[in-house]
Amino acid sequence: VENVRLLDRLSSRKVALGTLYLTATHVIFVENGSETRKETWVLHSQISSIEKQATTATGCPLLIRCKNFQVIQLVIPQERDCHDVYISLIRLARPVKYEELYCFSFNPKLDKEEREQGWKLVDLNEEYNRMGVPNNYWQISDVNRDYGVCDSYPTEVYVPKSVTAHIIVGSSKFRSRRRFPALSYYCKDNNASICRSSQPLSGFSARCLEDEQMLQAIRKANPGSDFLYVVDTRPKLNAMANRAAGKGYENEDNYSNIKFQFIGIENIHVMRNSLQKMLEVCELKSPSMSDFLWGLENSGWLKHIKAIMDAGIFIAKAVAEEGVSVLVHCSDGWDRTAQVCSVASLLLDPYYRTMKGFMVLIEKDWVSFGHKFNHRYGNLDGDPKEISPVIDQFIECVWQLMEQFPCAFEFNERFLIHIQHHIYSCQFGNFLCNSQKERRELKIQERTYSLWAHLWKHRADYLNPLYRSDNSQTQGTLRPQMAPCNFLYKFWSGMYNRFEKGLHPRQSVTDYLMAVKEETQQLEEELEVLRERLANLQKSQLNDNKVKSKQQDRSKQLGLSTSNNSLANTPQEYSNDLKSFPSRSPSQGDEEDSALILTQDNLKSSDPDLSANSDQESGVEDLSCRSPSGGGCLPSEDSGKDSDEAVFLAA
Amino acid sequence: MLRSSQPLTGPNRKRCREDEMLLGSVLDEGERGFIIDTRSAQAAKQARMTGGGTEPKSSYLQWKRLHRPLERGRPLQESFIKLVEACNDTSINMDRWLSRLESCRWLSHVKAALSTACLAAQCMDREEASVLVHGAEGTDTTLLVTALAQVILDPSCRTLAGFQGLLQREWIEAGHPFHLRCARSAYSHARLKQEAPLFLLFLDCVWQLSRQFPFSLEFSERLLLTLFDNAYASAYGTFLCNNEKERQAGREGLPCQTGQSKALLENTHSLWAWLNQPGEKKKYLNPLYSHNALVIWPSVEPQSIQLWQDLFFRWIRSSQHLDEAWAKIQQLVEGN
Repeated sequence: VENVRLLDRLSSRKVALGTLYLTATHVIFVENGSETRKETWVLHSQISSIEKQATTATGCPLLIRCKNFQVIQLVIPQERDCHDVYISLIRLARPVKYEELYCFSFNPKLDKEEREQGWKLVDLNEEYNRMGVPNNYWQISDVNRDYGVCDSYPTEVYVPKSVTAHIIVGSSKFRSRRRFPALSYYCKDNNASICRSSQPLSGFSARCLEDEQMLQAIRKANPGSDFLYVVDTRPKLNAMANRAAGKGYENEDNYSNIKFQFIGIENIHVMRNSLQKMLEVCELKSPSMSDFLWGLENSGWLKHIKAIMDAGIFIAKAVAEEGVSVLVHCSDGWDRTAQVCSVASLLLDPYYRTMKGFMVLIEKDWVSFGHKFNHRYGNLDGDPKEISPVIDQFIECVWQLMEQFPCAFEFNERFLIHIQHHIYSCQFGNFLCNSQKERRELKIQERTYSLWAHLWKHRADYLNPLYRSDNSQTQGTLRPQMAPCNFLYKFWSGMYNRFEKGLHPRQSVTDYLMAVKEETQQLEEELEVLRERLANLQKSQLNDNKVKSKQQDRSKQLGLSTSNNSLANTPQEYSNDLKSFPSRSPSQGDEEDSALILTQDNLKSSDPDLSANSDQESGVEDLSCRSPSGGGCLPSEDSGKDSDEAVFLAA
Repeated sequence: MLRSSQPLTGPNRKRCREDEMLLGSVLDEGERGFIIDTRSAQAAKQARMTGGGTEPKSSYLQWKRLHRPLERGRPLQESFIKLVEACNDTSINMDRWLSRLESCRWLSHVKAALSTACLAAQCMDREEASVLVHGAEGTDTTLLVTALAQVILDPSCRTLAGFQGLLQREWIEAGHPFHLRCARSAYSHARLKQEAPLFLLFLDCVWQLSRQFPFSLEFSERLLLTLFDNAYASAYGTFLCNNEKERQAGREGLPCQTGQSKALLENTHSLWAWLNQPGEKKKYLNPLYSHNALVIWPSVEPQSIQLWQDLFFRWIRSSQHLDEAWAKIQQLVEGN
């Protein structure tokens, strides 16, 4: 569709005119204008909702909201076209078959072996071995090898040594969705463990011998402690209500030596609504500080994040400080349980704060343990009540921790943002379906590619320059302050306002420091080479009695300067007084700044990042994100190359 | 950019030829200028009743007046006190923290101050027009705007030396009454009438700039914290008194203040002299600094304005992890 306008959300005067394309996998907006053929690519999988707004004099507005929080405002001149686009997008954004998803047509031009290697990058058996199991206390069980016991669990689980298949099967019958207690994390320093399950089908008075034996076995697998924590991550009221439905929670009287603990985290519906409300705040036009803070509080979002974090802190403390094992569950054991176990593991074990370790963590606690990616993130069109930002919240917890402990993580914010992006993009096969069983049935590993391999290949972009593996922050358990610490939870504008360039610092400190680090390394290597040369020369001249001192020849003095040009930016609308300034056409007077804005030409080669807020998700990695026909140019979903004009007050 | 205090138009709409000529001489034929009045239109109008007022349009034809009300005085001090109380309150739950923060209004004041300074800068840089800034007395919000606008516009004000010069010029010599304004700070029960944290508000705005432009200020947050400390209580004489007259009193030829026998400047040391010693100076430098010749335009969206944690939570939580991060940054940059 031609003559479509793309509006900028922050500065209402910024309008781009171009052509809108719909392909089998993407929506693409290509801006007119000879200089920068700026393109905005959006994967259909990313589309969360499409809103057709009332036709105005200028055309028919269409608002596309994406799961990665991008919001695209288009104005299509003809109502008829707008309607067609709307209907098409609705269909394209709601696939009914897995085969419609991008991962099945995505072609990064790797051969079969490379694809396989990519999938092997993360090996969970290796991970459990690294933790220290199997050992005297824990064994690997293949009782679920055909998914016969629990269809949402993996084929291999770790259980206490003393547990027999009979106990596992018995316990599974007493647990919601058959999700019996299994090992999530083992701390070899003190034998404390974190196990996870779903709620017991205890109702008001039901008991199950095998389930009680299972818990006892877990407790005994930790000889250093005489009791076991059982943590129910639901609000007490919800858990109690479940009893009326024949489910519920563990009765301390029936299970020997357990200490039961509620740590209330709200359910998926509350979280879905919370995110919705927060996004509404983000969509406010020029909100006051008041509007923003009230809106944010009203959404409850940060409160929920803190609740998840507090639960993780409790469990990490129990394991690291008290040396007590913990069994965690919620209702079905695949949402809050996953969040809380992975946060706790991250706090406890520095390995999970490395890039590889983090990938492993997600594979373990989310992918292998049957988190319902399809239902939660809408790979396929499904029940809207199943949709919920569960893993988004976990990812945000990690970011909040990164803000509090800047040296503790090997990876940076961009890593988190890209992972979140790809959970929804369906460009890779890792996060498809609802369980390992479903993924194997679909032969995901043979037909799609692994995100981990892709990220690993580009790992230089994801490193945190402040990370030091030998630093106090990176050793051992992270201990975030519990209270008072409300203020420590910040609004993550890098994620929720990701595409609003005006809001973010124009240059990334992370990228600058990475470039500095790289340059220093190169210079040091050069220094080494020159030292060797000097030594050789001195040796050969020993007989001459002359020692020539050689000037250090800095041949390749890499001019590392933060390109001043990149720091230019333009004023936003500071005034609501529309009558103050006469209207200025966008072409007037700002060519200087526009030219100074980041363009390929004035970027020094050492500046690794093109876009202002270091968001390369399109510019670089989606290089592979070509249209299925194989051709296509470099998409830039939200290139930072926009030449901002002075945003003035409208006349 | 010019600054002044309010014109004394009064209820009878007095005129003053000299004042009109002075402002007229700033602009060329056909040029226009902007007057940014830091009071609301209503407050400015009401000021006439007590002898003050605004520049009448008819007498200052080339000047267009804009009102950008900024908080000052008692309400600003209350805002500060409330914020500090909220920060110290360990009983607040997460689900009430943000509304509590909002009720202090401090961040709204930061947003307003930054917006107004940006407006002044925009007038000069984009409209290429001269700007006159004044409030009522010209000693509080006026200086906040002019000083902040210069940090935004002028790269030399962003250097360590330049920033000190800016403070000396736009705050100290311009007559911000430090002695009255920075008396007891937030914990005192003596609610002094003249106390108000304008200078802190300025430092907070500069801190916001340093967050949004981490490479553009030559000085670090540590300098800002040190300035905050010294404005209230100092071993140095730099922030003493309320204006130059008081500071110079007692010097040759100038009358002494009552109770003072010798001139201030002979009796005290300068903060700047101490800060600029090579050994001290390096503590206040920003390792990421790289000269940025351009104007820095901050975002004043609520998401971009943050609570200055290292100031308001300074004694409440350890800055250890952030200090380690800065040490690492220093190391990386120096290693290069």
